[in-house]
Amino acid sequence: MLQQVDRLEALQRVNDFVVKFANVNGSGSASANALFAKSVLRMGVTATPRNIFPSNIQGLPTWYEVRISEAGYMGARGGGPDLMVAMNPQTWDGDVASIEPGGYLFYDNTKPMPESKFRRDIVVVGVPLTRMTNEAYSNPRERQLFKNIVGLGALSALLDIDPAVIEQLLAEQFKNREKLITANVRALHMGRDWVKANLGDPVGLKLRKADSVGDRILIDGNAAAALGAVYGGATVCAWYPITPSSSVAEAFTSYCARMRVDKATGKKNYAIVQAEDELASIGMVIGAAWNGARSFTATSGPGISLMQEFIGLAYFAEIPAVIMDVQRSGPSTGMPTRTQQTDITACAYASHGDTKHVLLIPEDGFECFEFGALAFDLADRLQTPIFVMLDLEIGMNDRLTKPFVWDDSRKMDRGKVMTAEELQAGKKFGRYLDVDNDGITYRTYPGTHPTKGAFFTRGTSKDSMARYSEEGHDYHENMERLLKKHNTARSMVPAAIERKAKQTTRYGAIYYGSTSPAMTEADEQLNALGVSLDLLRVRGFPFGDEVAAFIEAHDKVFVIEQNRDGQMRSLLINELEINPKQLVKILHYDGTPINARFISGAIAQALQIAQPAKVTEVVS
Amino acid sequence: MTFIPKPKLHHPDLQKNALGYTRRDYEGPVSTLCAGCGHDSISAAIVKACFELDIEPHRVAKMSGIGCSSKTPTYFLGASHGFNSVHGRMPSVATGANLANKDLIYLGVSGDGDSASIGLGQFAHAMRRGVNMVYIVENNGVYGLTKGQFSATSDKGAKSKRGVINSDEAIDLVGLALQLGATFVARSFSGDKAQLVPLIEAALQHKGIAFIDCISPCVAFNNHEGSTKSFDYVREHNEALNSLDVISGRDEITVDYEPGTMEMVTQHDGSVLALRKLHTSYDVNDRVAALSYMQERAAAGEIVTGLLYVDPNPRDLHAHMDTVETPLNALGDDVLVPGARALERINAGLR
Repeated sequence: MLQQVDRLEALQRVNDFVVKFANVNGSGSASANALFAKSVLRMGVTATPRNIFPSNIQGLPTWYEVRISEAGYMGARGGGPDLMVAMNPQTWDGDVASIEPGGYLFYDNTKPMPESKFRRDIVVVGVPLTRMTNEAYSNPRERQLFKNIVGLGALSALLDIDPAVIEQLLAEQFKNREKLITANVRALHMGRDWVKANLGDPVGLKLRKADSVGDRILIDGNAAAALGAVYGGATVCAWYPITPSSSVAEAFTSYCARMRVDKATGKKNYAIVQAEDELASIGMVIGAAWNGARSFTATSGPGISLMQEFIGLAYFAEIPAVIMDVQRSGPSTGMPTRTQQTDITACAYASHGDTKHVLLIPEDGFECFEFGALAFDLADRLQTPIFVMLDLEIGMNDRLTKPFVWDDSRKMDRGKVMTAEELQAGKKFGRYLDVDNDGITYRTYPGTHPTKGAFFTRGTSKDSMARYSEEGHDYHENMERLLKKHNTARSMVPAAIERKAKQTTRYGAIYYGSTSPAMTEADEQLNALGVSLDLLRVRGFPFGDEVAAFIEAHDKVFVIEQNRDGQMRSLLINELEINPKQLVKILHYDGTPINARFISGAIAQALQIAQPAKVTEVVS
Repeated sequence: MTFIPKPKLHHPDLQKNALGYTRRDYEGPVSTLCAGCGHDSISAAIVKACFELDIEPHRVAKMSGIGCSSKTPTYFLGASHGFNSVHGRMPSVATGANLANKDLIYLGVSGDGDSASIGLGQFAHAMRRGVNMVYIVENNGVYGLTKGQFSATSDKGAKSKRGVINSDEAIDLVGLALQLGATFVARSFSGDKAQLVPLIEAALQHKGIAFIDCISPCVAFNNHEGSTKSFDYVREHNEALNSLDVISGRDEITVDYEPGTMEMVTQHDGSVLALRKLHTSYDVNDRVAALSYMQERAAAGEIVTGLLYVDPNPRDLHAHMDTVETPLNALGDDVLVPGARALERINAGLR
């Protein structure tokens, strides 16, 4: 049933293309889609899936896009898909229009679409999925679920995916449930057999076994950060549901249930509270941290707004708190399911009064885990809120990443905590006394010693012995010490990573977080155009010396961000006193993840370099 | 984490409790509140209650929000850690602190502005979660630090010092606490030490959320004619339900009582509350009856005081969550960090 229209230079690609599934919500397509991505990975080819979904439970369209790249590119490519699996009539027109010229359209042609609904420059592949499943199954639910697997079978035949790989995945997914495995394998082959019997080889996109995955693992950043919190020794988690951060607390809950229950008693070595709002969740985190437990919350931009007053209190009262911010676009409803890097300045300068905070900015799941754990050591060592800045792109999408590592000799660093023994031995204690001249002072946990070390915690009205004071010099001294402490933090946050161009160049690019894979790819595209860039990936705030040195060493530095106002650029200008003219904004903020074609196009344009083809910004 | 104190020198005349502490050991720096403020009487009652119960001062964590009432934790239990947090948000901070270490006593002090106005949400959720703490609202129906504005517990029709009549309905925190599942609910009056001290003692021994609404007239802004939170008004309209003796678990019960007027409530820690009932028909274990009695008397213009409701077998947040016996803040790497081998297994499951 292949319907061919003008077949103009149909795409011929091996291990390098983009497949997009337009789903009907509630059709159970998610698990078949994930199987598709995993089967590509099991063939040793890097696959990067992305969920594109609205702020809605049921009824609005969703998409699942898989970038397949043996070269290892994991950022959004930009442009439309090479193969559209169009299962949703509601979005048909837009879906068909988005296909790359020469690309492919796969659809269920049980009821064939009229030719007017296609394009002349794509290849249309129709497979009667509904008819096949209706004939094979009588139960409506089975028909629905197996339709997805029959479709996967058909795709696997068209793209040359090894069926043994999918069978193995099904066996793992339905471990010890033989009936389910058999039924799914049957559906898989139903699709494969139909394609082989009825179609030739219409699709020029092919998968071949390769070795570009290695020992990497597939995990979403939210789960990785939650696992980091487990390894970081967090015992108290207080949170309020908000997209796209909710799965941090949910993953923490399930990891704790697996790894933090006392074997002898069945009791929990952790406490998780779904609070009444973000004010309460940060309040609980601060109360627990004040009392010596490692505690954290996970939220997104609007939650950060609600937490402002408490964040200020924690800064001035010097209480460790870990805040995982999974950034998203805009307020209220609409764009919460879209990605952006829009809380950089809101977190760096959160709250009232003169405040500056510590930010950790991971690029992928590996760093979400690393920084998720590190944040707790830093919070204790610096006695201040620590922000882990994820975003929806890395937080909610499965992504290949280096396997997690842990050194068993590593121990929690609880920072400067004075013990009962030290107090008893007569060691001088002043809660805000800077004895080590690094701005970081000793604290005591409540209940430590009967007569020594107790203090009253309050905001700014205090002296170095934590006595109530409204004296100007006490306030001033305290604020200067806090600045010193912030300066101490510069060498404690993860340093920025520089990648030098092969040849000397006047141009640099600064980027951070989820922009990372697209930047790597864009850099290669720019190299091909003859543009050399030194790259600097910022991983923390306050900035280390290497950041200022990098900017100093270049005439022009592009700052690539996923927000409207160039928030990181503002932070660089403000904190490092950089001449704004030296920092060029490259901004992508339509809610889709930044992609390589956009970055390379925008930089080439800024440098007035002719590009081979016009790059249009495409909502993928 | 307990620690043996060094012997301290005491004035020979000062009475000592079983731990060898005097009343002085439970005091704090001199109060900076207005002379005659009801809040200072409550601080004194807290000092007396802790002294009499032989509580180690450093095992108490004092939690407060913002306002006159929230300043008072500075003025008692000077050897305890204290936390003057954010306006209206003491309950969440106390909840977190309690989660971190279930072994300390949490004493939350708040005000009517702090708990009924800005902090009503957090008040409600602390009650329904059953955080094991004493929650005292020093209720004067007025904002003191900002000079005399009405709070949400100001009675409708009450007159401010500037002559403004309050037109909003008052929030009754006792009624809310009862509805929200608090397991110990009492109301008292800062001027009635004989009633207040035993109530605080009973609350301190209660293993759940213990709420005391303590009417505490503001001498600066709410003690004039027309105020419903003045000393005179409260004295005239106070209807005490019961008076209380707290008998700790180790004491012999030797209270003399008249049959039919005494009710013994055994708390979970073995302590006994001996209630001298002034209203023989009032059942202190009946939440529904307590609510309807409160509303009935309020409609008649009376302020009911005493122990209004107690659940003799309360469950607290830790019980709901099934946490380990060891305080969470005392767990080490061995318990908390699953280690490299567990991580390798997780890696293997993600391929």
